[in-house]
Amino acid sequence: MSRPRVATVWLAGCSGCHMSFLDLDEWLVDLAQAVDLVYSPIADVKDFPEGVDVTLVEGAVANSDNLELLHQVRERSKIVVSFGDCAVHGNVSAMRNPLGDPGVLVAEAYKDAVTQLHGHLPDPERGVVPALLPRVLAAHEVVHIDAFLPGCPPSAERIRTAVEALLAGREPELAPELRRFG
Amino acid sequence: MAKVTISIDGVEVKAEQGTTVMAAAASVGVKIPGLCQYDGLSTHGACRLCMVQLNGTPKPKPACATPITEGMEVHTTTPRLQEHRKVLLEMLFAEGQHVCAVCVASGACELQTLAADVGVDHVSFNPPATRQTLDLSHPYLGYDPTRCILCTRCVRACGEVEGAFTWGLAGRGREVHLITDLGTPWGESTTCTGCGKCISVCPTGAMFSRGTSVAERRPRRDLVPTLTARRDLEAARKEPS
Repeated sequence: MSRPRVATVWLAGCSGCHMSFLDLDEWLVDLAQAVDLVYSPIADVKDFPEGVDVTLVEGAVANSDNLELLHQVRERSKIVVSFGDCAVHGNVSAMRNPLGDPGVLVAEAYKDAVTQLHGHLPDPERGVVPALLPRVLAAHEVVHIDAFLPGCPPSAERIRTAVEALLAGREPELAPELRRFG
Repeated sequence: MAKVTISIDGVEVKAEQGTTVMAAAASVGVKIPGLCQYDGLSTHGACRLCMVQLNGTPKPKPACATPITEGMEVHTTTPRLQEHRKVLLEMLFAEGQHVCAVCVASGACELQTLAADVGVDHVSFNPPATRQTLDLSHPYLGYDPTRCILCTRCVRACGEVEGAFTWGLAGRGREVHLITDLGTPWGESTTCTGCGKCISVCPTGAMFSRGTSVAERRPRRDLVPTLTARRDLEAARKEPS
């Protein structure tokens, strides 16, 4: 039997969930022997591959790149997991939602701020920076999500509990202290 | 006073007539979840999380506001009730901006803890986010309406225990919000004594001491029940029955 193909993606988040993943320390060695990590911010792979068994999605969906990648992830993965609070419910990434039009925020940061360097906005038309979505979305608002792994970030213990269950073909069952937001 | 016998999740419980289902359950160590009920304060019955099922009654009843009656059979954690609680908690999360990761109350928040206990691992609802402004006009206390679940514990503690009646509710439906005095900023309130009881009873991070950072707020949950018990004791001494 071939080894399970595992991927992790980083959307709109701080990468803290991936940092927490690295906190799994020596268990990562066992994991590396049990699975093939086919796509991840910690692996140099350009395109999200076909035929992935489990994908952990960190971050909310805040821009056009996030949106495109998440659709690709869903099409090419058997199991998609919302990995951490940003993917689960938007969290800090979605705190801009009540402020409305993201253009106003971008102007504040890149044009009107006293510390600005260039005095103009990055132009989404040039394709250098992806366009911000009007509202930051949780992953399950965009595609079907098979399991949720809350936490900001989820502790290494939570991640291990969930990943072990998923690789064994079980639905992860987290105890109350392992599924608390924040 | 007459004793009444009821059963709670199959366990026989004896309690005085007039006791609520929630208090009777607590007397035998069964904790029925609730976010608006608070020992020492009057009953409000707003959060609906303490709903229990009673034999012979099709509709669930709020345990905090239902007095026990002889022979009552109470079920506190049926699948139907757990589902009901999950939906209610998700609606509370959807309505505000409960970003636990950057909240003063994280780790000591009743909403956060209850959600984990009941099994809320994501939020299914997405109402349009409303922009609300913090009240930071008070020199050392603060109020964040985006974390407020309108349980009115602060309103009751302020009026019933401190006797200041600073906090109140204004608006209707989705517009309901807390106000100080008649809508003046907290810092300009002429009734607020600055006692901080509102902070001690707040189940979430809506009320806080200014300068408190993420996960630093640790309210004194025993303050109000202790004060109320002392007040009741003094009243009983003055009027010997």
